[in-house]
Amino acid sequence: MHEAWQGLFGRYVNTSFVDLLRQEAPDLLVSRPSSTGAALPADPHGVPGVPTGTTILALRYADGVIVAGDRQATEGYQIAHRRIEKVYKTDEHSVVAIAGAAGPAIEMARLFQTELEHYEKVEGDGLSLEGKANKLSQMIRMNLPMAMQGLVVVPIFAGYDLRRAEGRIFMYDVTGGRYEETDYYASGSGGKDARNTLKKLYRAGASREQGIRWAAEALVDAAEEDVGTGGPDFVHGIFPTVKVVTRSGFEEVPEAEVRARFEAVLAERRRGT
Amino acid sequence: MPLPYYVSPEQMMKDKAEYARKGIARGRSLVALECLDGILLVAENPSTLLHKISEIYDRIAFAGVGKYNEFENLRIAGVRHADLRGYSYHREDVTAKALANAYSQALGNIFTEGLKPFEVEVLVVEVADDANGKNEMYHVLYDGSIEDERNYAAMGGQAEEIRRFLKEHYREGIPLAEAVRLGIRSLTVTQNKTLTERDLEVAVLDRKRERRKFRRLSNGELRAIFGRPDPPEGDRPMGTS
Repeated sequence: MHEAWQGLFGRYVNTSFVDLLRQEAPDLLVSRPSSTGAALPADPHGVPGVPTGTTILALRYADGVIVAGDRQATEGYQIAHRRIEKVYKTDEHSVVAIAGAAGPAIEMARLFQTELEHYEKVEGDGLSLEGKANKLSQMIRMNLPMAMQGLVVVPIFAGYDLRRAEGRIFMYDVTGGRYEETDYYASGSGGKDARNTLKKLYRAGASREQGIRWAAEALVDAAEEDVGTGGPDFVHGIFPTVKVVTRSGFEEVPEAEVRARFEAVLAERRRGT
Repeated sequence: MPLPYYVSPEQMMKDKAEYARKGIARGRSLVALECLDGILLVAENPSTLLHKISEIYDRIAFAGVGKYNEFENLRIAGVRHADLRGYSYHREDVTAKALANAYSQALGNIFTEGLKPFEVEVLVVEVADDANGKNEMYHVLYDGSIEDERNYAAMGGQAEEIRRFLKEHYREGIPLAEAVRLGIRSLTVTQNKTLTERDLEVAVLDRKRERRKFRRLSNGELRAIFGRPDPPEGDRPMGTS
């Protein structure tokens, strides 16, 4: 079905990189329906042989949003990687954090980042935050055939909405369902534990220092309760990554600052016991 | 049935070239200057929304003169080419040279095969990562001919005069503010008028920036360079990132 206006504008109005990829290089798209059919049994530890990213979280604070993720990828009961990155800058005012099958998830983050930049360059202006959140929703839906085979990707999208002048957080389900969270959210295998911690600690309008402290508390709890989640690793010097997005843009929290927050959490717990 | 008139290939090419050149000459000019921290692009363009200068990829920018719809079409094709290549290989593998060659092929084909040639000239510039590296500037003409420029480049109606002016006044390693002033002066070399920030579109590929080097200079910044810092209310930067 080709509407008259589509014939007129044709490819000149298409600003989507994903559409371009589908036309020009469909083999580069992460997911196409598999012809092999048979769905794999759902396994809480993911598909055997495929590394899975574990705990990610996002919370709102006074100036915007804080997004954090641990650094571990697990493969069944083994640790696949200790230094994987789960929180990606997608543009100057948004980040995506990924949990689930690491390969497709990282690829989705890269494709999403290219998609946003492509739109911005072709159009000369960026998408609205809501527009970005919807686009990600479509991309997760594209991944549904692979999700049915066990390669689930469930990101958290967060950013600063310049029009509303506030930080916003979106969570997704496997089908691409998009839900906005008002305060905080955590997902991945240790997501539930992290959420429980944030539930007890969270207050609106926190400072940056306070917010990062809560994120550290939540990740430590997740690491204590969940085998898949890696806590702060003082032996190898590996710490979860923390990123913030405010009105003035994206910022990666320096490792020294992250380390200090985790040390504070652990010091307090040592005193407590 | 009447036979079509015979037109010799020489005559046909000459006519097409003349047609394209006339179209380009009607448009306003544009200059590119290598400066201390990157490459500066200055265009006379009273519109703040229809751009002549744009970002293509991390280190690559595009500039076009002539017919807007034609170079806009080329610009979008360039963004697609670059994003596709960067996604399938790596961001470093996107180069101005490959893009300029693609433009050259496309414009060459349109010139020889099309009924009407594109009335455009485009410039593809790439900034080097460090001060010792070599910047690249490719100038592609309406017929697909391509040349690489050094230090400065000019396109549009008064390109010849501007080039002559820059040959005399340009010196290597000039700072950004001075390059902006020189670029603006060169644009007015044949005209007896002064250009204000409202008539100009100015952008720079600034190698000091993180990944995306392209940045538009806001009206406020331009006023400061002119030495008239009187920012009125509601003046916001034109840059996208």
